[in-house]
Amino acid sequence: MATKKFMYVNRKAPYGTVYALESLEVVLIAAAFEQDVSLAFIDDGVYQIAKGQNTDGIGMKNFSATYNALGDYEINKLYVEKESLEERGLTEDDLMPIMWEDEDDDWAEKPSIRIVSRAEMANVLADQDVHYSF
Amino acid sequence: MKYTVMVNEGPYQHQSADSALQFVRAALAKGHEIFRVFFYHDGVNNGTRLAVPPKDDRLLQQEWSDLAKEHDLDLVICIAAAQRRGLMDADEAKRQGLDADNIIEGFRISGLGQLIEGSIQSDRTIVFGD
Repeated sequence: MATKKFMYVNRKAPYGTVYALESLEVVLIAAAFEQDVSLAFIDDGVYQIAKGQNTDGIGMKNFSATYNALGDYEINKLYVEKESLEERGLTEDDLMPIMWEDEDDDWAEKPSIRIVSRAEMANVLADQDVHYSF
Repeated sequence: MKYTVMVNEGPYQHQSADSALQFVRAALAKGHEIFRVFFYHDGVNNGTRLAVPPKDDRLLQQEWSDLAKEHDLDLVICIAAAQRRGLMDADEAKRQGLDADNIIEGFRISGLGQLIEGSIQSDRTIVFGD
């Protein structure tokens, strides 16, 4: 089967609507298809990978740990829009340190998060074959 | 051109459910191929046979069903999203021990792999959502 570049565009906060959780479910299924998968976090979507999520008071499952498992599925391109962070008073330090292990480099741990400018994000998106927008 | 269409919003709540139907109709009229329509999130509600809108309103689920019959469309409802929202075909209802099913003719329930496969097989994937 042909390999395509799949981009998952995440634009919404992790709780409040189900888009983030169900987006992650598609990402995990897609991993079995051995495609070239990337994720983008734009607008309130940057909150999906914020540190220290706690859902105790709202009766929702805290699924944030799942993002740390993406590396095990060879999903290690998580593009985060710099301006979206800045507009929300966030920096890279407010995000979970999501890592992957590079088997070609003695299983060295490397960061999956790539902070890109809005202009760079446009180029990243233009370079994809398939976009799923959540 | 060969298209896979993803519908992420429910009928009546969001214009995108109508827009998806109108896009599919227009694409077929222009001679394009619709490889698959995949219903996700609240979009699964486009496949219920129990909707009864006011008489002067459109019945979107029936329109999808009729279009599927006319053009032999593959309308797929995501099973994970459907289970959350109470959309069942007869087999699934039986498996879950439920006393009713509610899928309109022309739709089938299957997994997310159908979406990925559709995008691999098609020239374009179009997402209708919020």
